[in-house]
Amino acid sequence: MTNSKLLAVALLALLLGACAAETIPDPEPTDATVDGSGVDTGAWDEEDIGDMESLDYDGQDVLAMVIYFDFDQSEIRPDDQATLERHATQLANDSGASVRLEGHADERGSREYNIGLGERRSQAVRKLLLIQGASTSQISTVSFGEERPAAFGSDEESYSQNRRVEIKYTN
Amino acid sequence: MTWARIMRILLSRLFAVFGLVVVCVNIAHAQLEIEITGYGDTRTPVAVVPFGWQGNDGEAPFDVSALIGADLHRSGRFDPIDRDSMLQQPTEGVDVDFDDWSVLGVEAVIIGSIEQTGENAYKVQFRLFDVYRREQLLGYSMPASRGTMRRVAHRAADMIYEKLTGIPGVFGTKVTYVTAKGEGPSRIFTLIVSDVDGENEHVIMESGDPIMSPAWSPDSRRLAYVSFEGNASTIFVQTLRTGNRIKVSSRPGINGSPAFSPDGRKLVMTLGGLDGNLDINVLDLSTREVTRLTSNVAIDTEGTWSPDGKTIFFTSDRSGGPQVYKVSASGGTPERVTFEGSYNARPRLSPNGEKLALVHLDRGNYRIAVLDLINGELLVLSAGRQDESPSFAPNSDSLIYATRQGRNGVLETVSADGLIRQRLAAAQGDVREPVWSPFPRY
Repeated sequence: MTNSKLLAVALLALLLGACAAETIPDPEPTDATVDGSGVDTGAWDEEDIGDMESLDYDGQDVLAMVIYFDFDQSEIRPDDQATLERHATQLANDSGASVRLEGHADERGSREYNIGLGERRSQAVRKLLLIQGASTSQISTVSFGEERPAAFGSDEESYSQNRRVEIKYTN
Repeated sequence: MTWARIMRILLSRLFAVFGLVVVCVNIAHAQLEIEITGYGDTRTPVAVVPFGWQGNDGEAPFDVSALIGADLHRSGRFDPIDRDSMLQQPTEGVDVDFDDWSVLGVEAVIIGSIEQTGENAYKVQFRLFDVYRREQLLGYSMPASRGTMRRVAHRAADMIYEKLTGIPGVFGTKVTYVTAKGEGPSRIFTLIVSDVDGENEHVIMESGDPIMSPAWSPDSRRLAYVSFEGNASTIFVQTLRTGNRIKVSSRPGINGSPAFSPDGRKLVMTLGGLDGNLDINVLDLSTREVTRLTSNVAIDTEGTWSPDGKTIFFTSDRSGGPQVYKVSASGGTPERVTFEGSYNARPRLSPNGEKLALVHLDRGNYRIAVLDLINGELLVLSAGRQDESPSFAPNSDSLIYATRQGRNGVLETVSADGLIRQRLAAAQGDVREPVWSPFPRY
């Protein structure tokens, strides 16, 4: 469980606790022998709780830090466009922030050519961030080619995890 | 007292204080084990007779004849007979009985002797005889110390091999390669130089960040390589004897794929720049001047020089997939070299300039192929799925490359005709990016 989630649960518990502590006062005893039958009756009333308000999750948003690519491709998948727009917004809103884009390739083929393929991917991410408002001084790129695999198998499952750009905030 | 002895005493004191730390470093880099996986069509029977010994101790400090025999065996072209089956074991020319060797079917006999001439000084003699013609083909005497005895034996084997085959031997050459051990953040990369038979390993550089693309200087004294220390690619040139290194390129973006010019004065390298357009550049090592040779928007990388220094071959995907191109070292329009198949990359020329080794996509497998630049024929030489980094021996007669065995990278050598094969594997970890050294300086 993340810290923010813990905080939310604690907050909720506090609210619930506050409700429970606010006991309803006993009804005033009435001297009621209204109908003259000699039987005592009591009145009973309760204060309204009030309207409920929904609470938003108050932890930090989970923004993807890794963008994956198809075989031999450096095009950003449509699903990742929104993620990168949010990174760009963060950078645009905080001129002191900076990122390093680390491009990677799967292990197939020649090592230095794979450095080129990894760089092509980090440049694709860089271009999108720049279009969306980040500035050139905030972004550096590096390509590790096939040298730093995320998965070590020699199958498509591993390859698809290795064709990626990792977004690393350096400031 | 000699300096060597003083050093030994100092070292033994150090070991007593610091325990096994230094020793462990050596053990951690256990040498490559060689396995011969293919032989030539016919192997010539030869006899390497145990060398005679004259000296203070009971036996010679090093079995020179055993190493010569092992070298000749490893070449795949010779079949040295067992010592036990020798009818005689002469150590001098006058004692060689050619009839005895004829009976055994042996075509060449190598004899010799080691004589101690000082505390750490020896004289190694060897002679090569042609059994049919009953004559001496070769005879030399070489000075040696305990430290140089192994190299002296390789040198003798190189001369014998050249005399018998007409091809210069490469037993005395070295190889550099990169190993990677462990996974994830604990991964350690090591740049190593060893003899081509896997012995005599030396760690050149070790890092938690990737090391790539080692390249020999033509005089074998320096290595250029790419290091990713500090999360950026940098090209270093390191002098082997001193361990000193110079940062020769650390521009923004990619600094990769270095290769020395034949005169050792320049490096061809790949620069990516801020916008990541990989191009071929030449760096003058003395003036530090950089000349850009290509400017295509495609990936241009993996540059290498022709032996005459006039042409640079490189990989480019300007046509879609990677293919090999060539351009004049002084600039000009690149010309496409490879046309067969959809993937041809990482070109390396044979030192005689006649052949081009490359990584070739062969029916879904990345394999080592050799393109004959004279007749245009392409010969696939390896049989793996993920073979890479071919490098020619300085005699142009065989190649070394990286392949995979299970999950680990291992090295293989293959003769240019594809028949003779050896596998070199480390006890643990991944071995990759082998580069064969130039001929040794004797």
